[in-house]
Amino acid sequence: MLAFTLRRAVQAIGVMFAVGIIAFSMFRFAGDPVNQIVSLDTPAAEREAVRKSLGLDDPVPVQFIRYFADAAQFKFGVSYQFRQPVSALLMERMPATLELAICATIFAMVLGILMGVYSALKRDTMLAKLFQAVSLIGISLPTFLIGILLIYLFAVTLGWLPSFGRGEVVKVGWWTTGLLTLSGLKALIMPSITLGLFQMTLIMRLVRAEMLEVLRTDYIRFARARGLTTRAVHFGHALKNTLIPVITVAGLQFGSVIAFSIITETVFQWPGMGLLFVQAVQNVDIPIMAAYLLMVSLIFVTINLVVDILYTVVDPRLRSTVGRAA
Amino acid sequence: MSDAVVSNSDKQSAQAAHARNWLSRALDSDVFYSFRRSKLTMVAAAITVLFFLLAIFASALAVQNPFDPAQLQLINSRISPLWTADGQSPFLLGTDEQGRDVFSAILYGLRISLAVGMAGVIFAGALGIALGLIAGYFGGAVDGVIMRIADVQLTFPAILIALLVNGIAKSILGNRLDATSMLVVLVISIGLSFWVGYARTVRSSVMVEKNKDYVAAAQLIGLPAPKIMLRHVLPNTMGPILVIATINLALAIITEATLSFLGVGLPDTMPSLGTLIRIGNNYLFAGEWWIVAFPGLALATLILSINLLGDWLRDALNPKLR
Amino acid sequence: MSVGRSLFAATLAGMLALTVSPASSQTLRYANQGDLKSLDPYSLNESTTHAHLGHVYQGLTARDKDLKIIPALAESWETPEPTRWRFHLRKGVKFHNGDPFTADDVVFSADRVRNKNSNMQTRLAADVKVVKVDDYTVDFILPSPNPILHSAWDVWYIMDKKWAEENKAVEPTPVSASSPSYASLHENGTGPFMIESHQPGVKTVFKANPNYWGKVEGNLKEIVFTPIASDATRVAALLSGEVDVIEPVPIQDIARIDSSPNAQVLKGPELRTIFIGFDQTRDELLYSNIKGKNPFKDVRVREAFYKAIDVELIKTRVMRGLSTPSALMIAPELFVLSKDFTRPKFDPDGAKKLLTEAGYPDGFEVTMDCPNDRYVNDAAICQAVVGMLARIGVKINLLAQPKAQYFAKVLKQGGYQTSFYMLGWTPSTMDSHNVLYDIMGCRNDAKSSRGEANLGGYCNKEFDAITDKVLVEADTTKRNQLIKQAYEIGNKDWSYIPLHQQALAWGVSKKVKLPQRADNQVLLYWATKQE
Repeated sequence: MLAFTLRRAVQAIGVMFAVGIIAFSMFRFAGDPVNQIVSLDTPAAEREAVRKSLGLDDPVPVQFIRYFADAAQFKFGVSYQFRQPVSALLMERMPATLELAICATIFAMVLGILMGVYSALKRDTMLAKLFQAVSLIGISLPTFLIGILLIYLFAVTLGWLPSFGRGEVVKVGWWTTGLLTLSGLKALIMPSITLGLFQMTLIMRLVRAEMLEVLRTDYIRFARARGLTTRAVHFGHALKNTLIPVITVAGLQFGSVIAFSIITETVFQWPGMGLLFVQAVQNVDIPIMAAYLLMVSLIFVTINLVVDILYTVVDPRLRSTVGRAA
Repeated sequence: MSDAVVSNSDKQSAQAAHARNWLSRALDSDVFYSFRRSKLTMVAAAITVLFFLLAIFASALAVQNPFDPAQLQLINSRISPLWTADGQSPFLLGTDEQGRDVFSAILYGLRISLAVGMAGVIFAGALGIALGLIAGYFGGAVDGVIMRIADVQLTFPAILIALLVNGIAKSILGNRLDATSMLVVLVISIGLSFWVGYARTVRSSVMVEKNKDYVAAAQLIGLPAPKIMLRHVLPNTMGPILVIATINLALAIITEATLSFLGVGLPDTMPSLGTLIRIGNNYLFAGEWWIVAFPGLALATLILSINLLGDWLRDALNPKLR
Repeated sequence: MSVGRSLFAATLAGMLALTVSPASSQTLRYANQGDLKSLDPYSLNESTTHAHLGHVYQGLTARDKDLKIIPALAESWETPEPTRWRFHLRKGVKFHNGDPFTADDVVFSADRVRNKNSNMQTRLAADVKVVKVDDYTVDFILPSPNPILHSAWDVWYIMDKKWAEENKAVEPTPVSASSPSYASLHENGTGPFMIESHQPGVKTVFKANPNYWGKVEGNLKEIVFTPIASDATRVAALLSGEVDVIEPVPIQDIARIDSSPNAQVLKGPELRTIFIGFDQTRDELLYSNIKGKNPFKDVRVREAFYKAIDVELIKTRVMRGLSTPSALMIAPELFVLSKDFTRPKFDPDGAKKLLTEAGYPDGFEVTMDCPNDRYVNDAAICQAVVGMLARIGVKINLLAQPKAQYFAKVLKQGGYQTSFYMLGWTPSTMDSHNVLYDIMGCRNDAKSSRGEANLGGYCNKEFDAITDKVLVEADTTKRNQLIKQAYEIGNKDWSYIPLHQQALAWGVSKKVKLPQRADNQVLLYWATKQE
């Protein structure tokens, strides 16, 4: 058990190291950061000085080691655009992204499970077919198109919801939240739907498939035979058994939700890490790009590690299920 | 994630691994059983074939070559569709701000979207199958490394990977990066984003088959292992691979569109459907809706049809549902 | 149950928030495409940053609504000798923290702006001596006369010496610093507004300065600034009333905003000139199918390109009427004799003939570099140019890139790697000399900064000689004649293809009155908002 945990931890560190190399080497060569700092009519000598002061003249391995040593201490340098430490910028933006990702996940889970259960139990009703159609459309429309459509409909045409940003936010310690104000809650609606739609589709299909499978098992047949009500069978037994893989998948998908928020945040100008990343790419802000990549990988690797360990702790028998659910 | 668990245990988990990955599992249900017999699948198939035909015969059907600047007349810019008051022949679906016929642009864009998508899927498939075979056959550390890379890979949506590949390509190609090499870059970036599904499927099959008696027998008579894998194991996995490829084609097209929408895809002079939507989106509020609406509709219809086909294919290949 | 409770709490908090901050009629919400990157006024030489900080900081001079230089922190100035400028400072001015403004602050700011970490070093040459005469008089002693010394000083903002020293912000933030300086996160200016909170990339709140020394024309008590990079989102925010002012408005959305009940677009010509340049210095073009020679060295080829481009069609179709075709490399507002110049007519047949004469009857291939996120409809203009040149047989491979990659390739430190390109230029001094020297001057003297933005390397010694005379000529009439001569030479050489001055487009709520300045600085201290 300990050996297993240790090995996974070592693997996780290896993964982070690999991502670090990729992040560094990509962003080192993606563009010239000097141009972002100086203006068009800045003399060349001045540009050279800036280049030197950034250490961009050093050999690449030296730059890499310097970068990695700093990153290990969560020091990602100073943003070229904002002249602020990248870690501070990321911390400032993280609440926005996490709130959006959590809301999107909750939205996806609640609606996905409800729709999945319904379409499993009432397979041939019109509504179930409608859900299937919605789920197909959910994976067939690109995220940006959904976002644009929602904005066009609910912000521009109907004027019900704000088209951009987080609305009014309240500071709770270092965390900023949009959950405590009306405008903040309104601002969350469209981005959460846009971001969560794809996950909702997946969860709905997963729940439906799992439910159908569980309902076919002997276990449920016995439950029925024992004379339990349909309701108790469906929700007490079938749904309960379905939820474990569903929650696992939702957990494992959380990293992807955060990464996918890049598109949603861009469309809705949501002031989170994804928007920061896109702006950084546009401005060749190397420190932010690299730090973002490392952060997302860290979140993902951590979630996986925790899920894996939890599984072995909770129920060794589940290993096989994990294999299937993966 | 869980594959390492599988890899370090034995037979029992290898059997578990026989099950498909969770996505296909989620999609794996008999609701689409009805689609198989329904007209919907027929319609989807017809539309998909139609789109492919439109793409293949684009140059014959289009009124202009939208990639040839000499054929674009600025004076013809922003004409609304033919049936509207300001419509002009021969611009069936109107023109964009460069005087590009939207219908022709969709045909040529469709060609690019499909070509990039197919090439990306083939590239991803080749890479994934190769890596899956290697991982499944050798197991141990090789397997661990490959599957760990696969895990990391899953963290990042294709947009991030494409930015990565884009950046590397730019540093290698320097300023020689033109529209044609951009196509290659897109194919590679999409391919690198989608190989994981194939690798996992193939690997699972290999791990199951590897322990079967016939493999042991083949080994005994001295057949080289790679031959066994390619001749016997691989054909067994073609069904699931075909399903993954179909679904991936839709995903690859979406990814290409998203990349072009974010501006890292194909240039405005050689627009794919995604580029057309990005350009058109700028004119949506201005009331020039046709520039974004028709490419958007074409893209959504295409992906929907392919997805329906993929669903049908999965059901058809799934013996459990028969 | 718990959901219900938290919903209740949220609603309560929402109502609370509404009562705490009443929607004030004097709060103006402003969204720009660009961001406020640093509060340090010497960190970044960029016009949007200058405009934002111009609410907070002030220079010795200012420019009024018509860009005329007017007194600001200096009440008056004179030039007792051509090489000595004397500035008389305004008395009774206080920085936001209460420190008095004196000559020491000017001397300090002169040192700081020329610090190696400053991005604004071109504001004041290194060999200019700045001498405090008394607390309210400062002399600038020049090695040679320069009649336009103060022409870009409206954005050389004066900082508080004592405050900077107390907060260890004597030097501008070095770009390599591991932690930002105090001055990049805090401000202490003399201007009509103070910054209450600043979240880079998210939101900046300005509050009116109750102790401002001057009279503020506008009536705003608060400005909330949000950067919104996406065109469509910015327009949607204005139309739905979430913001009061946006800049820029994509030109295709102007009609829609103008037809909406609650907003309109302020339009006007901008001072930026958009032009096309050729590599006319290399013996063989970097990106062309013509090997062994450079077709752009042949003046007939340049003339042919010029005449093949229909700027009027670009104006009506790509720019939707919002551009002013230009015969010069400078905006007419910045040069009084501009009206003496007319643009040669669009003449594709003549162009074709010229190409044939030059030995390219079937045209040739060349790559064009173009930014796609820098100027109004930049990529669309380039595409239109590509189409027009295709019709005289020239095949252009268009490389339209984001400005980061574009500038890295074509500018000096990228090795001027371009054969044919589009660029825009606003002289920072609002004066022709900057254009003649930076874009049209020979760039073959490694020690001089002449021609540093002359990406194609146009070079004419006679032209440069006139440019040198322009710098030292103090008599306006004579100076204008010299400038005119220079432009005539440039046009005769078909040195560049000036296309147009693009239009300014600001989206403004109908509740807001706002003057529009031609350098595209959105200055809200002139704004009034009614309910």
